[in-house]
Amino acid sequence: MVEPILRVEGVSKSYARRGLLARDATTARPALSPASFELMPGEILGIVGESGSGKTTLARCIALLERPDTGRVMFRGEDLVALNERELRKRRRAIQTVFQDPYASLNPRLKVGDALAEVMLVHRLAERRHVRGRVAELLDQVGLPSRAAHDYPAAFSGGQRQRICIARALAAQPDILIADEPVSSLDVSVQAQVVNLLLDLRDRLQLSVIFIGHDLHLIDFLAPRVIVMLAGEIVETVGGDVPITDARHPYTRALMDAVPSLEKVAARQSSTPESPSR
Amino acid sequence: MSIVPAEASPRRTLPRWLLAGNWSLRLGVVGFALIVLAAIFAPLVSSFDPVALDLRNALKAPSLVHPMGTDHLGRDVFSRVIYGARVDLQIGAIGVALPLILGSVIGLAAGYLGGWVDAVVGRIVDIIIAFPFLVLVIAIVAMLGPGLINLYIALTAISWVLYTRIVRAEALALKKREYVLAARNLGFGHLRIMFRHILPNAIAPAFVFAMSDFALDVQVGATLSFFGLGAQPPTPEWGLMIAETRSMMLTAPWVVVGPGLAIVVVSLVVSLIGDGLADLVRGIDD
Repeated sequence: MVEPILRVEGVSKSYARRGLLARDATTARPALSPASFELMPGEILGIVGESGSGKTTLARCIALLERPDTGRVMFRGEDLVALNERELRKRRRAIQTVFQDPYASLNPRLKVGDALAEVMLVHRLAERRHVRGRVAELLDQVGLPSRAAHDYPAAFSGGQRQRICIARALAAQPDILIADEPVSSLDVSVQAQVVNLLLDLRDRLQLSVIFIGHDLHLIDFLAPRVIVMLAGEIVETVGGDVPITDARHPYTRALMDAVPSLEKVAARQSSTPESPSR
Repeated sequence: MSIVPAEASPRRTLPRWLLAGNWSLRLGVVGFALIVLAAIFAPLVSSFDPVALDLRNALKAPSLVHPMGTDHLGRDVFSRVIYGARVDLQIGAIGVALPLILGSVIGLAAGYLGGWVDAVVGRIVDIIIAFPFLVLVIAIVAMLGPGLINLYIALTAISWVLYTRIVRAEALALKKREYVLAARNLGFGHLRIMFRHILPNAIAPAFVFAMSDFALDVQVGATLSFFGLGAQPPTPEWGLMIAETRSMMLTAPWVVVGPGLAIVVVSLVVSLIGDGLADLVRGIDD
């Protein structure tokens, strides 16, 4: 049997409110109740939920950008939470994140090529004389011309920036890519391009992908297995043997019903013919 | 998919901003450049020795030979103003550069690292800011003894807190930015994140402030020299020139008009640059 590449065990996080004198643990609001799941090599795992449901907190805990309060993040049999910052720094490149806002995700004072080269030089993933070639390769991999390396991020659109962010993540040669709502701020047509790029890269590079979003249809299309989150808790895991249309949890059903579709519009119009047209 | 750069990159737009629009920056830079050139090439600008006495020509009114007249010892006021720029610009430059470097690094560390570093730095900043600036400078120089070196020490020891405040606030906001998170996620070290990813994006407001600080430092330098705590005679320094000749102000006003005007012009020109830079920074920010 194939071992999971990542096993999240009871990871939780709460942001303590500042008390009068010190951090007050009793009034802390849990942003993430203990969450557990496994990620198989080469899998695309979807995480879906409304804003504030703890998706991003979960993503940041997995990438150890936030220290979880409890639980373990087992990567290749090693608990990342137990590592100190110095040890962790060496392993960080294995789990990369593509963030939600492409306009805030790139250092505006670094040329694209320098940003990509920095990753490879810091981790000694390429020799100095090969770096330029590798940068061009990476840009090509995400569908950008090699001359993009000479421009600052300001020269690119949202979709192009998200491609650059993906290229930067790939420069670290990760095993796991966390895509934290990577397309929710992009136009629909550009969304499809970026999603297809992610799928394509998963196939070519055997990445494991955690794709976070709130668009249930998109997630269903991408990910065979989907975790549904509500108010900081995992309420259901659908997929695998159970198709998403058979989801049992009322919240998942509510999410499904919230997706607008032409059929539903037609059904509503025929049932209420006397409603005033606007 | 074709890639059409939406707009030119910030670095490339900089010179163009300088050439089009932004009058205050243009005027300020040109004026400041002229003053710096005059200071550097002072012997070519004025043929008179700024410290040579000529008692027969004492207190001569402005003329074609002496455009700003002569002082009570017959020294050419114009020449002394030009040579004085060397001293006063140096006070401004050093009085800005040292606190800027020191304060930015401390502010960067406080904002990025947070925790007890931030708490300790914050309290020290509060304490220093609680004192009136000029009083504190005078106190330190009086303690250390008069002279320009001690003036630089005093300016650095005090005005770093202003740069620390500015850069700390910027760093605090930037460390939550996603590109900084990405840098951490990529396994970069703290120093790399601080100096390569945060500082270049946090320093612009500090540069804008540095311009008004430059004007302030020139004024403080002149003030302390006036009180005898800064430059010492016979150094041509604007504040000192006013101090030396102030008793003749009513009979021969030109002896104080020259250095006084110089202080005003330098302050004005530097403030113009600061204004222009502020516009520029606002324009470049994404």
